[in-house]
Amino acid sequence: MANLKDLKNRITSVTSTQKITRAMQMVAAAKLRRAQESAEAARPFSERMAAVLANLSAAMEGREGASPLMAGTGKDQTHLLIVCTAERGLCGGFNSSIAKLARIKANELTAQGKDVKMICVGKKGYDALKREFSSKIIELIDLKAVKNIGFTEADDIASKILKLFDDGQFDVCTLFYSAFQNVITQIPTAQQLIPANVEKSDDAAPLDLNGAIYEYEPEEDEILADLLPRNLAIQVLRALLENGASEQGARMSAMDNATRNAGEMIDKLTLSYNRQRQAQITSELIEIISGAEALNG
Amino acid sequence: MAELLKFELVSPEKLLMSADVQSVVIPGAEGDFGVFVNHAPVLSTMRPGIVDITTADGKNERIFVRGGFAEVNPTGLTVLAEQAVNMDEMDAAALAQHIKNAQEDVNDATSDAKKQKAQEMLDQLKQLEASL
Repeated sequence: MANLKDLKNRITSVTSTQKITRAMQMVAAAKLRRAQESAEAARPFSERMAAVLANLSAAMEGREGASPLMAGTGKDQTHLLIVCTAERGLCGGFNSSIAKLARIKANELTAQGKDVKMICVGKKGYDALKREFSSKIIELIDLKAVKNIGFTEADDIASKILKLFDDGQFDVCTLFYSAFQNVITQIPTAQQLIPANVEKSDDAAPLDLNGAIYEYEPEEDEILADLLPRNLAIQVLRALLENGASEQGARMSAMDNATRNAGEMIDKLTLSYNRQRQAQITSELIEIISGAEALNG
Repeated sequence: MAELLKFELVSPEKLLMSADVQSVVIPGAEGDFGVFVNHAPVLSTMRPGIVDITTADGKNERIFVRGGFAEVNPTGLTVLAEQAVNMDEMDAAALAQHIKNAQEDVNDATSDAKKQKAQEMLDQLKQLEASL
């Protein structure tokens, strides 16, 4: 059994750990608010963008010469997986669940005889995947130095993807990130970027124009050629922002748990510390009393 | 008072403006055009320039956009700006920074098509600077 001094040391160390986890939780909570705001602020844009795209693709439907970004290359031999994770750990299952989803997908594709390439955005995903797929990871994009993720970063990533696509390096591109639901729930998500998946849902249904016809300035295909790469950047941006909010949410709940566990541990240790101290005092008393008894006798 | 136009200006970072306005002048890729209520549906790209808004109470608001799209449909006008800054916050220094970035883009361009595009962007920004 550990002696009193050991117990005392452990209590001190757990207390300082608890201080750290509590501080991290608070920081995450503060950051979460900002991250959540920017993730939510980015939503209108991508929604409007999707609406415009749906409109335009309806107009382009059935026409020849649709952009390969939309129609695909006609093959699906080489897949590019873009795995977006955080730069830091200590956020529960956040990074590993994204990496897991990507790993399952990669193994599935390999089993089907397809080629897989990967781009990791964020160091943690790279760490999790490098042992298994080191030959397949073509790039690691580090966003550690970036404080506030904005359009510029997303655009950089998107232009890298586009360049690879133009060089014929892959046929299908899928983005992995974690969609922010609320603080407790983040859903690892796979989203196909190329060929673009234009949702034909009911809310994106073409508007009733009362017989009017859209005017395009410049021509449809020119707009589309401009819009599609931008849509790609927007999707990447959205994924990054969602990821940012998810990361902070996951960290907050992970650190909350850790703080609570540390508290429980401190209680237990304090209890056994006090018990031992009591026992020690008792035995010392007995020694003194029995010594005195012996003298008296 | 005449009917008002439903106008929305969104940039990737946030929803900048959502209001009913009298009219908006859009810097279209092929020339400026004004939009009032009941405008015919149009989808146009924008060049870098100033979106000129006349609000419901007749005030003028100017917002700088760095390219993007404008869509007019029967429900209103939506501007998807790549980057948008209110002119009150915009000054010569900020514009000079944009021009510097554009110049770098021109220098870094890898293909002729990209170079041409970057050059166009730069020219338009310079024009804008001259007009201020």
